[in-house]
Amino acid sequence: MLSLPGAEPEARDHAAIGLHDQPLLVAEGIAKSFNGVPALRDGRLTVRRGTVHALCGGNGAGKSTFLNIVMGLLHRDEGSIRIEGVPVDFRSAADALRHGVAIITQELSPVPEMTVAENIYLGREPKIGGLVVDFPKMRRAAKQLLDDLEFDVPVGACMRDLSLAQVQLVEIAKALSYRADIVIMDEPTSAIGEHEVHILFNALKRIKARGSGIVYVSHKLTEIFEIADEYTVFRDGRFIESGPISSIDRNHLVTQIVGHEIKTVERGQPNEGAPILLEVRSLSRGSHFKNISVNVAAGEILGIYGLLGSGRTEFLETVYGIHAPSEGEVFLDGKRVDPGNPKKCIQQGMAMVPEDRKDVGLVLCGSIAHNIALSSLALRAVSGFVRRKAEAAATDRMMRLNRIKAASPHVAVETLSGGNQQKVVFARCLLTNPRLLICDEPTRGIDEGSKQEIYAFLREFAAKGNGVLVVSSEAPEILQISDRIAVFRQGRLDHVVDGRETSQQMLTDLAS
Amino acid sequence: MVANTMSNVTSDVRSRKIAAVGPYLKSFSIVIVFVVISAFFAVANEYFMTWLNWVNLLRQSSINGILAIGVTFVILTKGIDLSVGSVMALAGMIAASLVTSTNQHLVLWAILAGAGTGAALGLVNGVIVTSFNVPPFVATLGMLSMARGMTLIFSDGRPVPNLSESFRWIGGGSVAGVPMPVLILFLVFAVGWIVLSYTTFGRYVYAVGGNEKAAKTSGISTRTVVASTYVISGLLAGLAGLVLTSRTTAALPQAGIGYELDAIAAVVIGGTSLAGGRGSLVGTLFGALIIGTINNGMDLMGVSSYYQQLLKGAIIIVAVMLDQFRK
Ligand SMILES: Nc1ncnc2c1ncn2[C@@H]1O[C@H](COP(=O)(O)OP(=O)(O)OP(=O)(O)O)[C@@H](O)[C@H]1O
Ligand SMILES: [Mg+2]
Repeated sequence: MLSLPGAEPEARDHAAIGLHDQPLLVAEGIAKSFNGVPALRDGRLTVRRGTVHALCGGNGAGKSTFLNIVMGLLHRDEGSIRIEGVPVDFRSAADALRHGVAIITQELSPVPEMTVAENIYLGREPKIGGLVVDFPKMRRAAKQLLDDLEFDVPVGACMRDLSLAQVQLVEIAKALSYRADIVIMDEPTSAIGEHEVHILFNALKRIKARGSGIVYVSHKLTEIFEIADEYTVFRDGRFIESGPISSIDRNHLVTQIVGHEIKTVERGQPNEGAPILLEVRSLSRGSHFKNISVNVAAGEILGIYGLLGSGRTEFLETVYGIHAPSEGEVFLDGKRVDPGNPKKCIQQGMAMVPEDRKDVGLVLCGSIAHNIALSSLALRAVSGFVRRKAEAAATDRMMRLNRIKAASPHVAVETLSGGNQQKVVFARCLLTNPRLLICDEPTRGIDEGSKQEIYAFLREFAAKGNGVLVVSSEAPEILQISDRIAVFRQGRLDHVVDGRETSQQMLTDLAS
Repeated sequence: MVANTMSNVTSDVRSRKIAAVGPYLKSFSIVIVFVVISAFFAVANEYFMTWLNWVNLLRQSSINGILAIGVTFVILTKGIDLSVGSVMALAGMIAASLVTSTNQHLVLWAILAGAGTGAALGLVNGVIVTSFNVPPFVATLGMLSMARGMTLIFSDGRPVPNLSESFRWIGGGSVAGVPMPVLILFLVFAVGWIVLSYTTFGRYVYAVGGNEKAAKTSGISTRTVVASTYVISGLLAGLAGLVLTSRTTAALPQAGIGYELDAIAAVVIGGTSLAGGRGSLVGTLFGALIIGTINNGMDLMGVSSYYQQLLKGAIIIVAVMLDQFRK
């Protein structure tokens, strides 16, 4: 019988006996190849009780591969893993869970047709007489769990109806509900806003105090310096260094991750009197957002900042024609944009990097080359026939330009690391030669080095007389790249502020 | 440093090679299954390996092959077409009615009418699926019944015999020793293969099947693409109907019953995923050949048709199991 909200795993009893200073988890020399291509050559990690251990590394460094191996989701080719000194070799996630190891994977996998409570207790539902699922009990337990974590998610809602951020919160809650000794979090904050991150960190501190060890992966270095006690860096599948976070600074960490020093991008000078590229006239869509009018000048980057649920994504998607607006119009270069038709929008010179790359950004089973070429196939085709040479040249160029790390352009996108997948989406958009680039969380899951590359790229793109409309939940990011910032609150455009004269504090105050 | 880059380069080259060979290996494995099954029958029966038998085998597989090629397009978009058996019956019936001894028209008209009927019914399927959001299984299940009903109404339940000589040539004739149905199959395959691998439409078919939302965001008219695959499937069913009618020298109202299952089986054996986005026509062609070989080989061995059904089903499952195992 289960004791809800989470089962107490047997491993905790072993823990009580174990030596106090013995590390919770020690993994050494972990190696893994996919089809003969090494993804991980020498992965090492030592996690102690009561600490948050940040696992850092660029896109494709092998972090997810390593953590999936620890969790038993993948099988290692070499290396050893010990939990409190006992060698383990998990065959499945269930196996790992029994030994007190839980994971929040980078790619989420909710059951969309089930409710939040059903998702959390999937496979370990409380039962009446061991047969019938005790739904009321399950709901109560789920509610208790979410309330304890202070996550604002309705337990009775269907997963399908939740926002990406809420789905992420549910997955976090689910992993924590196991009350595992070791909690692995692979980019848990890539889809949630700063407010939720704060709540999550409070929860992490409580779990830490309980004596658990947390492995934390994030490309947001600010978070790492806020929550982590120790860090380990991987680069190109190899362990680089490890130590207490208090002994290093941000620059050192970035240099270790990227392998060389990087420069941050300077903001361009404001260009007064540039012609208007995008004009949005009192655009509304149902209850999502109301009466929004905003312009983007040629050469300008307009940032949109707002809390989750402020209608940012809906707004972008409506401008791009994925949804038809209930009122209002959009003009690009003075020409009216056909509402509700992404194809026309692309032809008129728009491109969009969507928020959820897995769901709407990529054909995961398709190859890198095919994904990159997808939006621009028609542009380069001759009477319906794909020009293969031109296509190969264009995709090659894009892969180099965006530094997409992959064995070949013909491998399926689903085998890429998260950050590299995001770069493929970017590459696809750019190949259509857009005038206006619409980006929803453009650096979601992207490493620090590539982030700066993307900022530099957006700058350069805008400097050529193009426009950028960008949504980001990260205030520092919005502040770094935007010329002007539109602040959304509950579906309304509250303020438009100058990016140069605004501080982070001002921005978050305006948004809340 | 230099050594390091060197090893990187070689590993890069090697991995490129592996990645490039991957897809071929995949279609290769179905060729192996085909060869193994053929070898088995060759040992079991000496007549199996004769030229005459192979011509015969190919001819027997051609109708299923043509149907399966059309169905592949639909399945690649994550759809299914259950109506092809009935559509081919109606197409054959309409075509036949134009070339009987009492109603002599040019063969060309009969061909256009048959193919047109198929394409039109396919378009109806496509519109029902894309504009009214009816699941493909349901839409084409409905069409399976409707097209059969139309065939029976049109023919009053009676066969249409006495077809003109030139019409019978479509299914019975041959060019340079190659039977017409086989020629038609290879032609359809070649065109289909070019469309899928070299045209933007072909790319869109894969993209829509792989992730419809992403395809839409990428600016693809997903509805048009999906509807077109049903038109293709219908058109090829019409063509198959012409070949069948011509070969049987009469249009039968009950023609083509259950043919959709063999066609879907050929697609699945050929490695095309019912979940959409993955698969190839080469696989489908060999899938159809494998089914044809099993039928032909067991006929030669004198296996009763009852057992044939049983064995065929088992072989289909085993073939797909092996495919899963390989992944
Ligand atoms: N199933 C797979 N098949 C082939 N290659 C793979 C597979 N999974 C991962 N890889 C490769 O292994 C390497 C490491 O990937 P991994 O996902 O571990 O990186 P990561 O450090 O988590 O990156 P990110 O920060 O972008 O998530 C990448 O080059 C990736 O392409
Ligand atoms: Mg990862």
